[in-house]
Amino acid sequence: MTVETDASPEFAGYAHPERLVSTQWLADHLGEPGLVVVESDEDVLLYETGHIEGAVKIDWHTDLNDPVVRDYLDGEGFAKLLSAKGISRDDTVVIYGDKNNWWAAYALWVFSLFGHDDVRLLDGGRAKWEAEGRPYTTEVPSRPATQYPVVERDDTKLRAFKEDVLAHLGKPLVDVRSPEEYSGERTTAPAYPEEGTLRAGHIPSAQSVPWAKAVADDGTFKRVDELNAIYRDGAGLKDGDEVIAYCRIGERSSHTWFVLQHLLGFENVRNYDGSWTEWGSAVRVPIVKGSEPGAVPSK
Amino acid sequence: MSDSDLPSALATTRDDFLALEQHERLQLLLEFANELPELPERYADHPDLLERVEECQSPVFIFVEVEPADEGGGVVHLHATAPKEAPTTRGFASILVQGLAGLTVEQVLAVPDDYPLTLGLTEAVSPLRIRGMSALLGRTKRQVREKTAA
Repeated sequence: MTVETDASPEFAGYAHPERLVSTQWLADHLGEPGLVVVESDEDVLLYETGHIEGAVKIDWHTDLNDPVVRDYLDGEGFAKLLSAKGISRDDTVVIYGDKNNWWAAYALWVFSLFGHDDVRLLDGGRAKWEAEGRPYTTEVPSRPATQYPVVERDDTKLRAFKEDVLAHLGKPLVDVRSPEEYSGERTTAPAYPEEGTLRAGHIPSAQSVPWAKAVADDGTFKRVDELNAIYRDGAGLKDGDEVIAYCRIGERSSHTWFVLQHLLGFENVRNYDGSWTEWGSAVRVPIVKGSEPGAVPSK
Repeated sequence: MSDSDLPSALATTRDDFLALEQHERLQLLLEFANELPELPERYADHPDLLERVEECQSPVFIFVEVEPADEGGGVVHLHATAPKEAPTTRGFASILVQGLAGLTVEQVLAVPDDYPLTLGLTEAVSPLRIRGMSALLGRTKRQVREKTAA
């Protein structure tokens, strides 16, 4: 790691406290060599209205997704993107964004698929930075281009495909969507666009833990005791479990993936990015409706 | 729908976007976002009158007024509100508020439903997000129809 980690005592209980930085830490370290700040938002224009000084923008739709195939950009595309943004392979990257870092966590997950070693989240994201009255600028930084190496994406450790989920049935699944989506009353998050899923409900046996349960009122992650109460006591996850998290398109479940992997220290957590927009339209996959997890079908 | 039927303000907006490079189109959208007028006070205090556009990811609400006319179609006024944390949605709403201003019922209903797709924003903003603007237009036209139904 090229830039010192944030030793804030409130991060101490997390399995990997080095994955978070506080707003104060970031304010103190802005401009330090080896540190690149990245903003990733749901709203594609929010960065343009004002961002943390020196931050570059990476958009989940237009930068991280392949424009044709439903997939992420490839090793070459990632190298091209990060080179253009002025990010080196050994840089410390701190990502922040709107909506409780929902999309920031998604960007962090994609960075992790490419094995970028030191990538962290700003605890509390834009909301906390703003609430503390910290400054924004509209000036877009011009970072010199880098030679980010072409590294092929590793989809085996952190990412699950539909076939992986079918083979996984019987092991823990976490559905991080809203209760209405889980029960099958609707296929999209309340107030979100209908994305054409054909069936509603959830994957059999999945525990319902809406993603935002991991977030405190000020937008920061809840501390470790509270997270343990939610995921270990509530959802029954145990050390050593292999876990797959899913939502609608894999964005909200990236946030939960971050919590399970980096804050609670589960070592085998995968994000099923096909999520409900794939599962809910796939032919002959098992689905359960209602608020109970339901039984794993016999294979 | 031939091009000549597109109301001139909407045509100008479209041409302005298409004349720009991709990244400059976002800046223009931001200018529109900043120009979205506040709701008239009579609506600000009446959230019940506002219709939420569910297809947009951020909370945006619209209300359509149709000014009675002696003959022919009345004049349409579109009002919209969205939070400052949602500049893209504000931009979409602002393009329509400005582009439909002063148009008659007939002219509003004749605006092609695919107008949002012609602005050259699908690459800079993404097709999924553009759906929000299509929904804004669709709901506006529906309100106009409801309010002018005999």
